[in-house]
Amino acid sequence: MSSQPYVRPFSKTTWYMRKGRYKVYMLREVTCLLVGFYAFLTIAGLAALAKGPNAWISFLVSQQNTAMIAFHAIALLYFLFFQTFAWFKLAPKAMPIQVGGKNLSGQYVVIGHYIAWAVLSAFIFWLAGVI
Amino acid sequence: MTIRQLELEVMRYDPEKDEAPWFQNYSVPCEEDWAILDAINYVKENIDTTLSYRWSCHMMVCGSCGMMVNGEPSLTCKTFIRDLPDKVRIEPLENFPIERDLVVVLDDVMQKLHKVQPYIIRKDAPPQDKEFKQSPGALEKFKQYTMCINCMCCYAACPQYGLNQNFIGPAALALAHRYNLDSRDQGKSQRLDILADHDGVWDCSFVGACSEVCPKHVDPAAAIQQMKIDGAMEWWKQKLGFPGGES
Ligand code: SF4
Ligand code: SF4
Repeated sequence: MSSQPYVRPFSKTTWYMRKGRYKVYMLREVTCLLVGFYAFLTIAGLAALAKGPNAWISFLVSQQNTAMIAFHAIALLYFLFFQTFAWFKLAPKAMPIQVGGKNLSGQYVVIGHYIAWAVLSAFIFWLAGVI
Repeated sequence: MTIRQLELEVMRYDPEKDEAPWFQNYSVPCEEDWAILDAINYVKENIDTTLSYRWSCHMMVCGSCGMMVNGEPSLTCKTFIRDLPDKVRIEPLENFPIERDLVVVLDDVMQKLHKVQPYIIRKDAPPQDKEFKQSPGALEKFKQYTMCINCMCCYAACPQYGLNQNFIGPAALALAHRYNLDSRDQGKSQRLDILADHDGVWDCSFVGACSEVCPKHVDPAAAIQQMKIDGAMEWWKQKLGFPGGES
């Protein structure tokens, strides 16, 4: 007999395994590891560039193997689904827009994000000399 | 009227007798158009009068019949048996201490609702002998956040609240946002300390579970993200020496 309210245990380490929606959330949060690794690669690349042409070439060569290409492909897909699509879908929540006293439908905010994304990507491809 | 036999597995806890909660099974003949609350009422009236639970209006207004239905925080008056399998597990709302059976202790969230100062705060005197004017557009800005019925399903869904009981949590933060957005209110800076604290908006990691389970489409997660942006802007304004704007 306890005579007091019962507090159910809450596992601090496995709570996210309990429900589908928590798992999806965790998959989204895991992208931070990929972001970290990308940041590391960028810094390593910049450092190589600063050292001179030879260092830069060997950095480029170090990226041209199956493992690195696979990593980039996986990271790209992962970012697309868990960063771009997921965050764009949530964007209207964080920025409601009113036009003439009426709340604008969230779709416009999402579409705006996709347009901005396309324009920025085109700009980067142009910078890189791809288009 | 078709009758469907529903197997209810209901969590029971009697603080006078039990060390821990346990499950009791009830077989309930349900009519097709019943909500889970009807099935629980049937148990109370016909099978077991000792079952404790809260309910009042049966029409999504009072917010007292929130329970876990097959693991999902739900208002039992709007959770229909036609949408559920034949076996249904009913538990008290998660993340709250169990008072008895399906009744939880809500003192903590009651205090939090109070803490965010959910009322119009004025620095200037209110208009004399006439009402505050508010345009439909100004009302539209916060109307959705007034729909909350304090059912606390969002707290039961929020893993951050489970991890940190000091987190102010979805409904109370949405309520604070409702007043911050109100064109008649001038209390935003007064609420900022509570909201921008550790246990305020920044403890939310945007799991979004609160909004998914909210039966009134309040979307507390949206309110919290908007407050984060607001709070960050306010911080920069102060850093850069702009006068703190009041909306
Ligand atoms: S925000 Fe929604 S889920 Fe949370 S207490 Fe209010 S009505 Fe219930
Ligand atoms: S969005 Fe924030 S408040 Fe809502 S469930 Fe997630 S962590 Fe909790």
